[in-house]
Amino acid sequence: MTFAPGDAVRVSTRPHDGHHRTPAYLKGRVGTIHRLHGGFRNPETRAYAGDGLPEQQLYLVRFGLDDGDCVLADVFEHWLERAT
Amino acid sequence: MHDRGEWETEAPIDRTEHPLADWEIIMDALVGTLSAADVMNVDELRRGIESMEPSAYASASYYERWLFSTETILGEKGILAPGELDERVGR
Repeated sequence: MTFAPGDAVRVSTRPHDGHHRTPAYLKGRVGTIHRLHGGFRNPETRAYAGDGLPEQQLYLVRFGLDDGDCVLADVFEHWLERAT
Repeated sequence: MHDRGEWETEAPIDRTEHPLADWEIIMDALVGTLSAADVMNVDELRRGIESMEPSAYASASYYERWLFSTETILGEKGILAPGELDERVGR
């Protein structure tokens, strides 16, 4: 896996036609890796009668909010870029 | 339409529980059975829901969306013929 807990990541803003599990409101946002869930089949091919392989790493990512609260969201590795 | 996180709204969140109709319980069981039998998976179910026309999506209930998607996906796979469900229920 590419990322470790505490790493800063940015959610990709690349356009994507079709089913994917990355919510629009997180695209372009910077968060930190909270933990690794592990490998899961890729919904982007599995939604179209594919087998979803190879498995993609799924992370729980923490996005801080201005009021000190946070949003925790599951994001696949191929939607994450390293942020500094 | 389905990806509505962060949309502005003044509408209050409806947290009330409602009793499920028999058909909704059957719909849930049907999707679970199709998944267990490797006929249709949850990603296909979601993709089928996302393919709904925005106005149809907005006016459909939770399990009406499941029904729309299941009919769509089973049609794609050739398991249901076009119009087969309507014919069977006499519409």
